[in-house]
Amino acid sequence: MYDFKYHRPMNLTAAKALFSASEDALYLAGGHTLLPSMKQRLRAPSDLIDLAGISELNRIDVDATAVTIGALTTHDEVAKSSAVSARIKALSFLAANIGDVQVRNRGTIGGSLANNDPAADYPAGVLGLGAIVITDVREIAADDFFKGMFETGLHAGELITAVRFPVPDAAAYVKFPNPASRYATVGVFVARFGKTVRVAITGAAASVFRAPAMEAALAGKFAASALDGISIDDADLNDDMHASAAYRAHLCVVMAKRAVQELG
Amino acid sequence: MTASSIGQSVPRKEDVRFITGKGRYTDDINLRGQAYACFVRSPVAHATIKQVNTAAAGNSPGVIAVLTGADLAKDGLGTLPCGWMVLSKDGSAMKQPPHPIMAADKVNYMGEPIAIVVADTYAAARNAAELVDVEFDELPAVVELAKARESDPIYPDIPHNTCYEWELGDRSATLAAIKAAAHVTRIKIRNNRLIPNAIEPRAAIADYNPGTEELTLYTTSQNPHVVRLILTAFIQIAPEHKLRIVAPDVGGGFGSKIFVYSEETACAWAAKRLGMPIKWTAERSESFMADAHGRDHITEAALAMDADGHFLGLHVKTRANMGAYLSTFASSVPTYLYGTLLAGQYKTPNIYVEVDSCFTNTAPVDAYRGAGRPEATYVLERIVEMAARELHIDPAELRRKNLIQPADFPYQTPVALTYDIGDYEASLNKALAMADYQGFAARKTEAATRGMLRGIGLSCYIEACGLAPSQVAGALGAGVGLWESGEVRVNPTGTVTVLTGSHSHGQGHETTFAQLVAGKLGIPVDAVEVIHGDTGKLDFGMGTYGSRSLAVGGSALSRAADKVITKGKRIAAHLMDGKVEDVDFDDGSFRLRNSNQAKTFQEVAFAAYVPHNYPLDELEPGLAEKAFYDPANFTYPAGTHICEVEIDPDTGVTRIVKFTAVDDFGNVINPMIVEGQVHGGVAQGIGQALLENCVYDEFGQLQTGSYMDYCMPRADDLPNFDVGMTITPCTHNPIGAKGCGEAGAIGSPPAVINAITHALGIADLSMPATPEKVWQAIRGAK
Repeated sequence: MYDFKYHRPMNLTAAKALFSASEDALYLAGGHTLLPSMKQRLRAPSDLIDLAGISELNRIDVDATAVTIGALTTHDEVAKSSAVSARIKALSFLAANIGDVQVRNRGTIGGSLANNDPAADYPAGVLGLGAIVITDVREIAADDFFKGMFETGLHAGELITAVRFPVPDAAAYVKFPNPASRYATVGVFVARFGKTVRVAITGAAASVFRAPAMEAALAGKFAASALDGISIDDADLNDDMHASAAYRAHLCVVMAKRAVQELG
Repeated sequence: MTASSIGQSVPRKEDVRFITGKGRYTDDINLRGQAYACFVRSPVAHATIKQVNTAAAGNSPGVIAVLTGADLAKDGLGTLPCGWMVLSKDGSAMKQPPHPIMAADKVNYMGEPIAIVVADTYAAARNAAELVDVEFDELPAVVELAKARESDPIYPDIPHNTCYEWELGDRSATLAAIKAAAHVTRIKIRNNRLIPNAIEPRAAIADYNPGTEELTLYTTSQNPHVVRLILTAFIQIAPEHKLRIVAPDVGGGFGSKIFVYSEETACAWAAKRLGMPIKWTAERSESFMADAHGRDHITEAALAMDADGHFLGLHVKTRANMGAYLSTFASSVPTYLYGTLLAGQYKTPNIYVEVDSCFTNTAPVDAYRGAGRPEATYVLERIVEMAARELHIDPAELRRKNLIQPADFPYQTPVALTYDIGDYEASLNKALAMADYQGFAARKTEAATRGMLRGIGLSCYIEACGLAPSQVAGALGAGVGLWESGEVRVNPTGTVTVLTGSHSHGQGHETTFAQLVAGKLGIPVDAVEVIHGDTGKLDFGMGTYGSRSLAVGGSALSRAADKVITKGKRIAAHLMDGKVEDVDFDDGSFRLRNSNQAKTFQEVAFAAYVPHNYPLDELEPGLAEKAFYDPANFTYPAGTHICEVEIDPDTGVTRIVKFTAVDDFGNVINPMIVEGQVHGGVAQGIGQALLENCVYDEFGQLQTGSYMDYCMPRADDLPNFDVGMTITPCTHNPIGAKGCGEAGAIGSPPAVINAITHALGIADLSMPATPEKVWQAIRGAK
């Protein structure tokens, strides 16, 4: 790890001021991607601005139609929140199965989304539920947020402050973990809002994506059998030593069916 | 009265310190004025070094020195040797490329050390290491083992990249048996390359005292005396009597800490040269790149049988990967620890094995838990399983039909070994019963109703432990003896300090050896302290590997304890005014026969050190005895492992639903520790079969260089293990023990693959049987 300056501002304004005053600053949330890459000397920020002291970023608010989770809320806090599980159990389940206990105790929803790892779990939940990503300057619909591998619609210095999830009628998340890293080789989030169904797939491609054919089929008939015969084109899927594109394409359908089956 | 604890599951004495953070590992040692080392490593697999420019690094803040391979050469240091000479079929010596401590002219694998940077802090050393500017002229890398012989030579004087072409057994008789046989089963299989992954990475801290000229190296070693011998005799770091190697608590080795490596050696040299303690602890990514890897064979084999399935001949042709250099014992692994094991538990009359060992631009490959024996067992137990399926004979019955029977011992195999004892059918029967083999069909039917594919696979393994005797090993090319030393020092108050040349790096010797000696002397286990791992404290010792510690090291201690008892009887006879031949020793008491007189062990010990009433004219005072034990033969643990799996055909995920291991380790001192060894070994075997795989790309870049990509088995990958034992005591050592450390890793992989191929109804699937491979196999079969 190269030397850097460490800051721990207590509010957003101070954080933003530090960011613009620094040469090459990065915000630090849970640090579960950033710190390992710094240890491996792949990243070398001049300044790290730790957001952990900003209490307004750590919150869970619920009402009848939405669950809003502050950006600095840890996976463990989401997993253990009865308010979340009462409304979107699939989201609790997703959070409860990210990494391991140590990761869940430190990793945050805002950090995960800003990083947009192609194999992360949260992007599937955010896109699958059609959530709104709230930043310090605007609100971004999930469909506009995820742009590509480690790429989001965030502008330089823009900070995620919270994510607002609409409460679905039913939702499920099923993932096939990479046996080594336990990241998603393929993770499928299925959510039903009345007659509308959203299917988001993580792990399979450069970034999380929706599966329109699956959504249409499930909107017609919300049953696993509706997905029979549907295939995901493997042309754009990841192909590496852990899983070929063809295998990932196959798993997309299997995991989607299992998610629907869970909803009985 | 002290009931002997031998055979009891005494809780491990060492665990209190290990689980409360009180262990003292190499990295826990800090010396006044120490500096830190960081190594500059080759980022490429194969290149000539045009230039190494250290100027910028040398000027970096906090840097004390930047030393290179050229500096080593100036100091006249030797290269890292291989300790076992293997001869080719034509009698020629194996080819041994010079293995530099740090590369000066050419690099031959990714991660090879080029320079050592020494600085005030590790961060400063690492910052400076990045500033060392190495100019390379890249060469094509030889990576694929299958193409190694056909590729351009890595070393101009080593044609076909071949270290040796070794053979064992009767070629013409074997080929004739195969030609004439009613049935021949053939396989072509790969034994996947593994990375050892001890929980504690390698580390060293070297300290030189210019006043006494003593050099002390604290390091993560399984065999500190062997390290001292090699550093002295081959590398000329320091004279043997001025060199002390301390291997304190060591967090796992699995073979990877047997060897003498570049980094520890360079630290010792630099400490002496710079006159300050130098410390290095590997980062995990360095462990992946630069610890000796394991396995990596390609094998074709043919098993000939008569119409009834009796084995007539076995021909095995293997290509083994040595990596870029010969690591310390690399040459022996695919030869004397592999070819000699191919008889397994069977009466195969003709066996012929040929092994070509090849160099590639990959990290050196050497012994890893099992070392050659897992590879042999994998070949044999896969081909036997396939033969059973081809002949439509139940795999258990085909094995039973060919087993060496108790009446056949001692049994001379066609591949050099003489098995002393065993009862293979007893282990097989017990394992079949524990696994409810008869009930499998019903379980398969039930699994099918849930859409799952269920399979069962067997493996009847044998291993040869406690490599011996020294004279035979020497005749076969070993550069070292293979005995062990032990000392039993009785203190004046009757407690005992035991010194052993074996080394515990997780195996629990401090408990097992204490039980052994306490049992012999009739004293409490807590009255015995075991000391190991320090050349400054012990006589020469050979260390721990090859499941040898109890069978060889324990036997030395047993002999030493016998000598203590013998001397104790003479002292006791004097104290009781009797004849020595009338003194019996039992359960901690010396008793004079036909009298009511007795002396406790403590009383005799006290008399030995406070010899006021003592036969000083015929006996020296003191009560401490040593023994050096050179075994008469290997020991031959054996057993049967049975794996039962369920496969999800939609995803290809294999779940091990039942794993049964029945092992014959001879006499057992501590069943809990033995079971733990079986659990760990089986976990590693399942890791190899399902999860672990070392991958280099075509350029020789390590692709599995972290836990993100190299899959270690975790608790939730493993079932509960059903472990059972049968016992036939070893006939030639005083304990009757055979060794248990490697059996799990040896026996389990073929059982797992046999179960998977059984479930899928296919002939073979390469390790690791990842979900995708299984899914592809299911898809291919449709």
